Amino acid sequence: MDSNQKELLLEVSNLTVHFHTDRGVVKALDAAELRVKRGEIVGLIGESGCGKTTMARSVLRVLPPMARIESGAISFAGEDLLAMEEKNLNSFIRGKKITLIPQDPFNSLNPVFSVGTQIRDILKWKGESQDSNQRNEAKLWEMLGQVQIPPLENQLQKYPYQFSGGQRQRIMIAMALLPSPDLVIADEPTTALDVTVEAQILRLMTSLVRGRGISVLFITHDLGVASEVCERIVVMYAGQDMEDGPADILFSEPRHPYTKELLGSLPNPEGRIQDIPGEVPSLIHPPSGCRFHPRCPNVIEVCPRQKPERAELAAGHWVRCFNPVR
Amino acid sequence: MEELILEIQDLKKYFRGSSGFLSKNVRWVKAVDGVSFQVCRGDTFGLVGESGCGKSTLGKTILGIYKSTAGSVIFEGKNIPHLPRNKAKEIRKNIQYVYQDPGASLDPYWTVGRILSEPLMIHTSLSKRSIREQVHKMLDDVGLQEEHLSLYPHEFSGGQQRRLGLARILCLNPRLVILDEPTSGLDVSVQATILKLFMELKIRFHLTYIFISHNLSVIHMMCNRLAVMYAGKIVEMGETRAIFSEPLHPYSQVLLAAIPQLGKKLGEEKDLSLTGEPPNPEDFPSGCRFWPRCRDKMGICETVSPALQAGSDGRSIACHRIHPLATKT
Repeated sequence: MDSNQKELLLEVSNLTVHFHTDRGVVKALDAAELRVKRGEIVGLIGESGCGKTTMARSVLRVLPPMARIESGAISFAGEDLLAMEEKNLNSFIRGKKITLIPQDPFNSLNPVFSVGTQIRDILKWKGESQDSNQRNEAKLWEMLGQVQIPPLENQLQKYPYQFSGGQRQRIMIAMALLPSPDLVIADEPTTALDVTVEAQILRLMTSLVRGRGISVLFITHDLGVASEVCERIVVMYAGQDMEDGPADILFSEPRHPYTKELLGSLPNPEGRIQDIPGEVPSLIHPPSGCRFHPRCPNVIEVCPRQKPERAELAAGHWVRCFNPVR
Repeated sequence: MEELILEIQDLKKYFRGSSGFLSKNVRWVKAVDGVSFQVCRGDTFGLVGESGCGKSTLGKTILGIYKSTAGSVIFEGKNIPHLPRNKAKEIRKNIQYVYQDPGASLDPYWTVGRILSEPLMIHTSLSKRSIREQVHKMLDDVGLQEEHLSLYPHEFSGGQQRRLGLARILCLNPRLVILDEPTSGLDVSVQATILKLFMELKIRFHLTYIFISHNLSVIHMMCNRLAVMYAGKIVEMGETRAIFSEPLHPYSQVLLAAIPQLGKKLGEEKDLSLTGEPPNPEDFPSGCRFWPRCRDKMGICETVSPALQAGSDGRSIACHRIHPLATKT
């Protein structure tokens, strides 16, 4: 197994994050685990409110002020990100070793600066003083060509509103890749786009990161997109990681009841749609033990009492469940 | 013999576009440009296309929220745009529209009870008591409870808000319901619940749906017939099963190939992905509006707009390759 021998790049272990809001403490992440190897595209999937974005923001330590990391560890390329000083995070990690492709290309570019200014800022901010301006420019033009934005100065003088949604997302991809990161966090990068444009952007993004050996943490709620793009999938539900395995196996033979139910609720031509009974729980008063137990068809007596440990059912396929699907 | 409930003939909706201040050249945004189709009673007719293709404008023009520029909307034999206002209102009661974002379409300062009673007060002459009874019944039908009546819309989840939107229109016993992106923004498991509810209500209340969506897998499951729209025109129309198994128009082919699917790996299949993006509605290309992105384009496509022509299998296609111009009068 080639992928098993790859070096571990990001390891999130036992991460518990609480949001202290006026209405109570939202237990957003409950001892969640996540591993990303070098060069791997890992999909983080789940429904809204399951903790996907909180996980990503914890890695960059850009959580909102009301959030507190209660326990856990995040190690990135051997460094402890939770212990790192803010100053060092800014100079070495954020926007450098770890970059972000945001969800909404419409709001993530500054409307009052030209696109060229914003891209060049990245190269400057990267602060590699040994890189001359000339070399930076050469890199910039090469990157623009790779994301299929015509590499012309007049393109760079344009403002964000002069580009279409697809083009803006290409610019965001260029900005995320220019610092030569080790890890790109792509937070629902194509949800705001139409299907035909989405297909273009996904192709472009995957070919560029694969070519450079960059790891990607790909956050999405679209199971189809995750299946097409990712090598490994982590399924989250209500702040807990439920299943973690190779994409092709996880989607064809899900072992966690939640994954199975989620796949069953996808629209299909036969029209035999299966919804999951009940609703996503409030994370202020989450269910005890396994948080899926009130909706789970496989529930057994132990489920409400105890949170299941991660168990490796097959090589590289972990499930957190006392009574997994067989 | 299937009974026709709605017939749209050559419907057009142009908006006045941006022109320079004091400029005499008015540019028209041809959002819906000569669309014709028929819907039979009991159908779920799908309208698919990417954003800006005119599918929502079409839905709103059918209902009369937008005044049509030209063409007819014949509902149960009556041409709505030609009727006097009060008559048109009477007929429109039978056609209802479910908005894309129910959170934004429900008045935030009104309780659910008031929101649900309002249409009955406007469109019927029922007593207060029978209105209350009717509202209770509808709540029950869409799976909400009586205690929800005193709550405000923001206290509901996305799925529940959609249920509310449905209860609100079902009060009036419509015969045709236009669902505009009814599941966008919902998680898959909630989407599944709502789609199931649509199916149940359709059977229970003998509804006919026009289902507007950009989500092709939802359309595939819900609709028996569908029309694919591109830049204000229908490019292909027919039975859902036939179109999904063998799309014929080059745009439909690309659109269906672009659906993200489980088990499909990016780059394994033939690369059908399109270059470019949908055209600017103020400035559509001449001829067939798809030609700048079409892989099968011919010389004629750039100048002559292909007409939507029916084939033998009940499928209509607007493409010069499939229906050469010679057959057109």
